[in-house]
Amino acid sequence: MKFLCIDCDRQMVFEERQLPGDGTLAAAFRCPECGRSVAMLTNPMETQLVASLGVKIGGRTVPAQPMETVRGMVVTGKDNAFVEDGKRETGSGPTWTAEAQERLARVPGFVRGMVKRIYGDYARDRGIAEITPAVMDAAKSELGLEGM
Amino acid sequence: MERIFVHVPLNIRTYNDLTEPDRSGLAEQIGAQRRRVADRMAAVRHVVAVLSGKGGVGKSYVTAHVARALGRSGRGVGVLDADLNGPTIPRLLDAPVAGAPRPAHPDAIEAATGAEGVKCISMALLLRDGMPLGFRGPDSESFVWRGALEAAVLREFLADVAWGALDFLLVDLPPGMQRFAELIELLPTPPAALIVTIPTPESADAVRRALRAALEHGATALGVVENMVGGPFAGSAADDLAAEFGIPVLARIPWHPTPDTWAGLAGRLG
Repeated sequence: MKFLCIDCDRQMVFEERQLPGDGTLAAAFRCPECGRSVAMLTNPMETQLVASLGVKIGGRTVPAQPMETVRGMVVTGKDNAFVEDGKRETGSGPTWTAEAQERLARVPGFVRGMVKRIYGDYARDRGIAEITPAVMDAAKSELGLEGM
Repeated sequence: MERIFVHVPLNIRTYNDLTEPDRSGLAEQIGAQRRRVADRMAAVRHVVAVLSGKGGVGKSYVTAHVARALGRSGRGVGVLDADLNGPTIPRLLDAPVAGAPRPAHPDAIEAATGAEGVKCISMALLLRDGMPLGFRGPDSESFVWRGALEAAVLREFLADVAWGALDFLLVDLPPGMQRFAELIELLPTPPAALIVTIPTPESADAVRRALRAALEHGATALGVVENMVGGPFAGSAADDLAAEFGIPVLARIPWHPTPDTWAGLAGRLG
């Protein structure tokens, strides 16, 4: 899909994507000529349909991983599938608040290990000692972690 | 006061008129997915879709035993279990279903390997025991997106498994033709089709429709395999289909086939 600023006859450019965590998606577009902004808001079913195609609105912010759809979307899969032996949890790294752990627990078990590692790497890279829901939101927005 | 609406034609550029750079690049993302499949399949000499359009004729059984026979003859063989909701291939190949797949390379996971060295990927390797294939997503209207997700899984099975160089990649399709249509869309060139039927006229009816659809999609039919011959099923489905479509009957598989039965069929695949 594309957005056209009718007044300027210019294609609007993608600005930002937000995932509120309720299955919906918000994406902002701006006219490069007049600066007018619009937001595309999709309901959970529409968001899911886009995710099902394996594409990212606004482009990719992290490289594609093998079996990305299976890892991220299958909820009845084996725990720890696809986790490299050398990257299993060691107990070190940032700590998780109870609220963040509760939120992590809502991630399907099949992909939970991978998601936890991504958040952990994000915090470690930025010197963040404690992972909170706010840190998860920031990571989700920055890294484009659809629905994680 | 009565409102008067005047219809003003919307005189604007439409989708294909807009060619400015687009950060989302959705078409490019789809293109990259297809290239990933093409790159992986470049090392596979023959992709063979095993199909019938009919359930219960033994497609998976035939697929697995042909693969094992090909493996015994020294060919490099892989089996992609495209029956995502009823996966059986690993068990039929004697491949371990315990444990979980591991990354093999940055861009691929390791396939499971059966007794004759046949590589395979299957949802049976990925799902918890006894669990159906379930996807995260809204409960309502799942029919809208579930098909797209299953096609994405098929794409990843093709592109994201370290198949390596293979002589044959057999794709075990579920009943119906939807998964075959997805396979055709994903592959750079249409696969060959190995048609499986049982002797009955009812099976011939279903297989005829599937075979016609496969040919219309550009597939090449290798021939017909008639399974469960010599038992309670009566009819001449394989001969009828072969005559109608001008293709050979590659094998008639009895109720109790021997290794020679499968070796004969494997030999006819090349």
